Amino acid sequence: MDKNAISVPRVVPRKIKEKYAVQSPRLVTTDEFLAPGHRACIGCGEALAVRLACKALGANVIIVTATGCIEIISSQLPWTSWRVPWIHTLFENTAAVASGIEAGLKTMIRKGKRPDKDVKIAVMAGDGGTSDIGIQALSGALERGHDFLYLCFDNEAYMNTGIQRSSATPFGASTTTAPAGKKSIGQTTWKKNMPAIAAAHDIPYVATACPSYPFDLMDKVAKGIATKGPAYIHILSVCPTGWRSATDLTIRIGSLAVETGIFPLYEIEDGKYKLSIDFPKLRPVNDYLKLQGRFRHLAEETLNEIQHRVEEEYAKLMAKVALTKGLNE
Amino acid sequence: MTKRVGIEISQAIGEAVKLANIDVVASYPITPQTHIVEHIAELVADGELDAAYIAVESEHSAMSACLGASAVGARAFTASAGQGLELMHEVLYVASSMRLPVVMAVTNRALSSPLSVWGDHSDAMAVRDTGWIQIFTENGQEVVDNVLCAFRIGEDQRVLLPVMIHLDGFHLSHMIEPIYMPEQSEVDKFIPPYQHPLPLNPDKPITMGAFGPPFIYSETKKAQEVNLTAAKEVILQCWKEFASIFKRYYHPVETYHSEGAKVLLLTMGSFSETAMIAIDTMRKEGKNVGLVKLRLWRPFPFYEIRQAVSHAEVLIVLDRALSFGGPAGPVCSEIKAALYNEDKKPKIISFVGGLGGRDITPDGFGEIIDRGIEISRTGSQQEFEMYGVRG
Repeated sequence: MDKNAISVPRVVPRKIKEKYAVQSPRLVTTDEFLAPGHRACIGCGEALAVRLACKALGANVIIVTATGCIEIISSQLPWTSWRVPWIHTLFENTAAVASGIEAGLKTMIRKGKRPDKDVKIAVMAGDGGTSDIGIQALSGALERGHDFLYLCFDNEAYMNTGIQRSSATPFGASTTTAPAGKKSIGQTTWKKNMPAIAAAHDIPYVATACPSYPFDLMDKVAKGIATKGPAYIHILSVCPTGWRSATDLTIRIGSLAVETGIFPLYEIEDGKYKLSIDFPKLRPVNDYLKLQGRFRHLAEETLNEIQHRVEEEYAKLMAKVALTKGLNE
Repeated sequence: MTKRVGIEISQAIGEAVKLANIDVVASYPITPQTHIVEHIAELVADGELDAAYIAVESEHSAMSACLGASAVGARAFTASAGQGLELMHEVLYVASSMRLPVVMAVTNRALSSPLSVWGDHSDAMAVRDTGWIQIFTENGQEVVDNVLCAFRIGEDQRVLLPVMIHLDGFHLSHMIEPIYMPEQSEVDKFIPPYQHPLPLNPDKPITMGAFGPPFIYSETKKAQEVNLTAAKEVILQCWKEFASIFKRYYHPVETYHSEGAKVLLLTMGSFSETAMIAIDTMRKEGKNVGLVKLRLWRPFPFYEIRQAVSHAEVLIVLDRALSFGGPAGPVCSEIKAALYNEDKKPKIISFVGGLGGRDITPDGFGEIIDRGIEISRTGSQQEFEMYGVRG
């Protein structure tokens, strides 16, 4: 038997709040805006997430990308994987570039310098480009209320430069700049809660997503891009290279992140929290952790600590859901 | 007929930007630049200028927002100085490499530490190699005229490069001067609408800012170098046409009583005006001295500088910035490089002064020239001398 096989039966979600209408493949566009032939690693969850997000964004969009995996796999002079207008400038400034694009388009339309056609703007950045080096530009753009959708593809470390820790790296993970050793468990800090930081800007739409739930992801991207004002979606993107996991388990590991409560799927619409998938019982976190080499070194004691923290965070989220239940109704 | 008005130079820049009918301004406050963006904010608030005003959270984002605006074909402007210019340093390279003709007024300021909001050219020299067109000005009229020229030069399809207009912090930015403000109709004729040949547009998707591996990076940089050097012709054409409309004349290198002068002083920016007073006084005293003013800093005017100074015996270059541990002030280094292979060239003496807002008086310029002449005769153990510094 495969050592990675899951022995526990899968928990059936009580309620998947997906639009079943879009589950028919015929209703998902066969157009590919991220062309095949890019340079992503085998089993890359991020490339898959970008591809799905692009389907939901459609053709009428300008994409602004930060330096990082997405940029490196999809662009190399003189080629490109992009079938929509795409710009990359630097690492930390994507939200600011998007601000300028939005302001430029709006003003030019108002002054009759461009046809009056609503062009959407989407930002794509990694967890480093979002929660570390790009957080200032992002916070500024969210506060100013520019009309754009920010997509953070979170693979939980600086994967493009070789698996260095970021503020989004989970507790206990071994990375090249926070390696597990005789005196260290690896990452000693808890993952920065980036969706909560985005939500603290009181923007109209915040969500979490994962390509293991493709229709949920596409729904949220469609909703985010249609939102007037800033929207933020945090997308967990499994990285077999950095997580040291089997390349054929990308979808399964993404599902387990959700099923264990480590990465719950939810939306915050105008301040109202909604769980996208509500499980009657969360799976033990070890079901998720044991499939990844980056957690291989963890002792039972640390696993328990993680389990405890995940339950606590999940309870906090449920409390927010309960607290905002009647909001906007 | 245009009227001559007394106006603070920073406000006059705002008026010039309004005449250029910009679409986007992204600004972050930093002394001594703030009066420029404050005035633009007023113009936007009063509906006199139809532009998006993005009050960004840093200079890095100010330049980044200008990149985005320019990439969709909008006319974008910002202003900065000192630390602000340094914070946007890496973004400056992207603007020129991606051929986005952003225009920026730089109220030149010293660099920390110690903190100094006052003027010198350290910031301009630090961004020397960013691939921007850089023009220095010495009074309010020159600032206004060249801000207008900047849009026309940068947005020219043969150029498509960002342009910095340098004016000395406080010495110019905060001065009230009589300035001829051009008429809107004249400006409309002088600056055609900005047409980026390939803006970001879903109707015609393009990729901007792909990465360049070793097999292609050098070619992109060569193209950029050829482009910036070739921009000089367009700059000269622009100034020529400006002169035909507005009767004010600009040249890459300008001179004052330099013809036949055996000793020349070379300055940049607002100090040139004070230096002219010194030259007048010294000529009255019978000294054969003249002044050379360097206006176009990038692309560097090799031909014009050689023409202007090769006949002299001594050339004294005054820098307002230090190249720590280096051979001379940064301007002087380049002048030396430009003249090294010439058969006939003056002795070149390097001075650094006027750092962090320190004034140099007309008498001071006289002292610099006299000391320069002395060094040219006796030689010096030092690569350069700092003027008016204790210790």
